[in-house]
Amino acid sequence: MNMGKFFEIKELSCGYPGHFILNNVSLIIERGQFVGIIGPNGSGKTTLFKGISGELPTLTGNLKLNGNYIQKMSLKEKAQNIAVVTQNVEVGNMTVEEYVLMGRIPYQRQFQFFETSEDIAIADKYMALTGISDLRDKNMNELSGGEQQLAGIARALTQQPQLLLLDEPTSHLDITHQVQILNLIRRLSENLGLTVLMIIHDLNLAGEYCDSLIMLQKGNLRKMGTPHDVLNYQDIEAVYDTVVITRTNPVSGKPVVFLVSEKTMKKV
Amino acid sequence: MQKKYIKWLLFVLALMSVLLLVVFVSLASGEVKITFKNLPDVLADKNSIEYTVLTKIRFPRIVLAIAVGGALSLSGAILQGIYRNPLVEPYTLGISGGAALGVAIVLVAGIGLQSYFMLPLSGFIGALITLFLVYTLSVRRAGLSMNSMLLIGVMVSFVASSAMMFLMSLSTSETIHNIVFWVMGSLDEPNSILIKIAFWSTMGALFISIFFARPLNALRLGEVKARHLGIDTGTTIKILFVLSSLLTGIAVSVAGVIGFVGLVIPHIIRVIIGNDYRVLLLGSFLGGAIFLVLSDTLARTIIAPNELPIGVITGLAGGLMFIVVLSRSGSKYKMK
Repeated sequence: MNMGKFFEIKELSCGYPGHFILNNVSLIIERGQFVGIIGPNGSGKTTLFKGISGELPTLTGNLKLNGNYIQKMSLKEKAQNIAVVTQNVEVGNMTVEEYVLMGRIPYQRQFQFFETSEDIAIADKYMALTGISDLRDKNMNELSGGEQQLAGIARALTQQPQLLLLDEPTSHLDITHQVQILNLIRRLSENLGLTVLMIIHDLNLAGEYCDSLIMLQKGNLRKMGTPHDVLNYQDIEAVYDTVVITRTNPVSGKPVVFLVSEKTMKKV
Repeated sequence: MQKKYIKWLLFVLALMSVLLLVVFVSLASGEVKITFKNLPDVLADKNSIEYTVLTKIRFPRIVLAIAVGGALSLSGAILQGIYRNPLVEPYTLGISGGAALGVAIVLVAGIGLQSYFMLPLSGFIGALITLFLVYTLSVRRAGLSMNSMLLIGVMVSFVASSAMMFLMSLSTSETIHNIVFWVMGSLDEPNSILIKIAFWSTMGALFISIFFARPLNALRLGEVKARHLGIDTGTTIKILFVLSSLLTGIAVSVAGVIGFVGLVIPHIIRVIIGNDYRVLLLGSFLGGAIFLVLSDTLARTIIAPNELPIGVITGLAGGLMFIVVLSRSGSKYKMK
């Protein structure tokens, strides 16, 4: 097994004919990497996710996870290998435990009616890891946004995936919860060797937490590399059409992006 | 074993006991009084009137009530699951309208009315045609649009009822009377073969539906998320749609349009035991059976020797029960 090519996207184009299309994107992600996807609205971040999860048909190219073609996997196999956490964890009237246990569905046989003790042990483990064991009997509707995201991540981990896709997990949260969730994901990718692909709007969080960044522009891959490679003012200004200043965080040594208001711009 | 499973088991056992009790009460009630005490004597004397009433009239009627109530309630629970909409019930999809139109056509044309099978058969064919229309108009086109499916169902229902009114405007008052009575619904079905068909096909559908409990649970999260969990949502929804439509078609064709069961009973079961389809499907079936056996017993005893249309009882009792349960559980109640 070639560790360097754990997850490989080759010349991927996808979307509905006539609609928005992701053009010829190729990239390689190593096992255990925490990768952020950045780009303005409409740049193809979500389309890329939908291409990976199979929600959108692949027009050309292929996707390989750990040597296996993703397009050839059954829905069930895909769910055992790739877990998705969407932006807002839309929930019904169910307890946190019930919700997290749903992550075991891809492993259950067609006619299996009850969860096995193994299923329950796995769900317990990931509820503990995400720090929501105390909430297990609470209704999902009663949780705060941050707690719901944690439950969403616990459910995704319960799928025991090789690849975790996160769609803006921190977008509606305050900084306490943003940092809590990103620290958790960071730990997961380090301790469990989980490969994480995350769409994120906040460039500073992306630079601080991710091993590498993928920058998309109008459906094309503009740049992929370390946060320092990607988060420079030339690329950001070209892609976002916004004037920014980049510096380095004195403590972490990671890039930081500053915005400048129109009023200040006129003064300088 | 988890606490949850024990709770479910107790719940199902409780429903079964209530059903058994209701069946006994129904067997005993009516013009011919039969008490528990003299039951052995009645069963021993096969030539008595009581024995005939019990085995030839009351028991088949109860079996039909179990089948129809169970079918409508189960169908409602399934449809609410695939549409993720708490207000969908079997009749929302136009099945009953189609069935009623089929019956109206046959009654107006006056063909083959001497056969017991003619009206149920025409109702069933009407239901099947509606099902086919709704299905092809919405399901086959580029994926599934649940909202358009729902709207098409509602519109088909309107078209069918308008067509039926048109037919009625052309008919004699006797035919109108027959159509109206058929539509109001009754469990007075003299043909034992039809009762057997209704009962066993409903049981079969219940058995099949339980294998879809897990996909239905996943669908509580929405179609996209269910697919992320490895569920083939397209196929699942198609199978369940056809299954619940057939259940409704069978119920409507043997018993006419009996409202409220498919809407009210699954909701009450949800409030009591939760939304997990592994217990909800069987629970809804049993709940529907209990409700309809009870309603029918009332319908045929309240103004005996005359009989109330059972739709009146289910509408009144079901509607009131619904209001009470919903206002009690307050804002905590949510579907999905």
